[in-house]
Amino acid sequence: MTVLPRLALAMSVITLSALPAAAEPLKVVASFSIIGDLARNVGGDRIALTTLVGPDGDAHVYEPRPADAVAMGKADVVLVNGLHFEGFLKRLVEASGTTAPVVELTKGGEMLKNAEEGHEGDNHAHEGHHHHGEFDPHAWQSVHNAEVYVKNIADAFCAADTAGCASYRANAEAYGAKLKALDAEIKAAIAGIPEEKRTIITSHDAFGYFQHEYGLTFLAPEGVSTEAEASAADVAALIKQIKGDRASAIFVENITNQRLIEQISSETGLKIGGTLYSDALSGADGPAPTYIDMMKFNTKTISGAILGS
Amino acid sequence: MIIYDYLIAPFVEFGFMQRALAGSLLLSLSSCPVGVFLMLRRMSLTGDAMAHAILPGAAVGFLLYGLEIVPMTVGGLVAGVVVAMGAGAVSRFTVQKEDASMAAFYLISLALGVLIVSLRGSSVDLMHVLFGTVLALNDEALRLIASIAGITLLTLAVFWRALIAECLDPLFLRSVSRLGTPVHFVFLGLVVLNLVGGFQALGTLLSVGLMMLPAAAARFWASRVGPMCVLALAIGAASCVAGLLLSYHASLPSGPAIILSAGVVYLFSILSGPRGALRARVRHHRHRTA
Repeated sequence: MTVLPRLALAMSVITLSALPAAAEPLKVVASFSIIGDLARNVGGDRIALTTLVGPDGDAHVYEPRPADAVAMGKADVVLVNGLHFEGFLKRLVEASGTTAPVVELTKGGEMLKNAEEGHEGDNHAHEGHHHHGEFDPHAWQSVHNAEVYVKNIADAFCAADTAGCASYRANAEAYGAKLKALDAEIKAAIAGIPEEKRTIITSHDAFGYFQHEYGLTFLAPEGVSTEAEASAADVAALIKQIKGDRASAIFVENITNQRLIEQISSETGLKIGGTLYSDALSGADGPAPTYIDMMKFNTKTISGAILGS
Repeated sequence: MIIYDYLIAPFVEFGFMQRALAGSLLLSLSSCPVGVFLMLRRMSLTGDAMAHAILPGAAVGFLLYGLEIVPMTVGGLVAGVVVAMGAGAVSRFTVQKEDASMAAFYLISLALGVLIVSLRGSSVDLMHVLFGTVLALNDEALRLIASIAGITLLTLAVFWRALIAECLDPLFLRSVSRLGTPVHFVFLGLVVLNLVGGFQALGTLLSVGLMMLPAAAARFWASRVGPMCVLALAIGAASCVAGLLLSYHASLPSGPAIILSAGVVYLFSILSGPRGALRARVRHHRHRTA
């Protein structure tokens, strides 16, 4: 299709229905809570947002409902993380028959390979679940990548709703400034932690980007997906790390079974430093209802547990 | 002291290995004999059905109390008992066979569970949260398995003769005693108790696998029920030790390592057990030539 007819069509739509079009919000579907929060910040009240996997939900193992397909079928824009994070997504997009653009927000960001750095003797069985991708999908754990997400969201909204473009750009810029401040804050907090104490343990490998961006080392008994099962060798290696004083804090996550971490904690005497929010936000009354709150809360929890030990 | 390093040191050095060993041995103690009776009753697939059947109970526990293990396990127990008893009753008192009525009840139960989970709109994988792993046994889980083992062994000892009669010739037992039906339900209760307790402490694969594989392997070696139970228990215990060591040295997931160890024993038994494929064939030939 050439530009001209499309432009003419757009003009006619605007002239015919200028007022209703402005009043009708852009229908946006976000795949999980963190993307939902970013979209709300960019879209403001110009969008009607539906988030598929809600607070404290695990997008690794989500089973979509018919309501999700309905929302997706009616959507103007679909925002997803990509990199095989949402295993349920491809089938849902096909089943819903949506014509909306499906925007992968990780596009253009700095992506890390799925190699699990700093993991001794690591042989997690990754077969049989969603994470077959070459790249680690948990990209939002670096604020730098969140800025890329925000830019991609603004681009997608502009493409779908040219009338609101100025407003989306302004929102994105204002939010981007907040993200820059957040990034500086995290860097400052991590700088306050002595180098030799910067190794910590969580339940699954969701913090690769945080590790890469802010210089902490995260170890985990489970692999990148929450579905893999730990081996005795992995658990023994973690316990040795802690006993050799090479890991200084241990955390549970909001979406995973806590018992393995509790067991490691009770065996080594290293107290659990708190709950980290990795793949989902908390509910509105929790400590991490927005992306910025989540990153701040995680940073505070980590530095508090390390410095307090 | 290479042998010490390989076989003993992992258990001495790490508390979680001791717990894993204790928990899996205790579970073998109770679920291997139960598995023998299940196998003799031709109900070997009950375990898998039960893993799905407990979903609505666990979901109700989750709806009322959130992600707490105790209410979810109690709920799972109730759902499991309802399904097992319902299936048992239907097969006892109607024309329906045990396997078909079990399949019907567990499917109804599973659908109900999925429905309840979806009502809440939660996307937490309940079964993933409920099912434990052998590497993460806390004191609570160990106590649970120990009490299940105690109850099971005691019940088996009390009802031993009735159970054997019930397994091998239920019509005979019904003709000589009124104990038949009650014994059947007591036994189903034991099955549910072992499975649900096992799921919560050790995960589905391990509790179903430890129940059935050693029993199936023992059948190739023994023909009397008593020796079969003892042998199943020994195979189960050996698989636990071997699997945990394999998981430790070769960096394999623990549950599958234990079950595959039992699987190797099973395959070996098929080939070389006195009642297995090769020996039976050899004897058969001799008969022919003689």
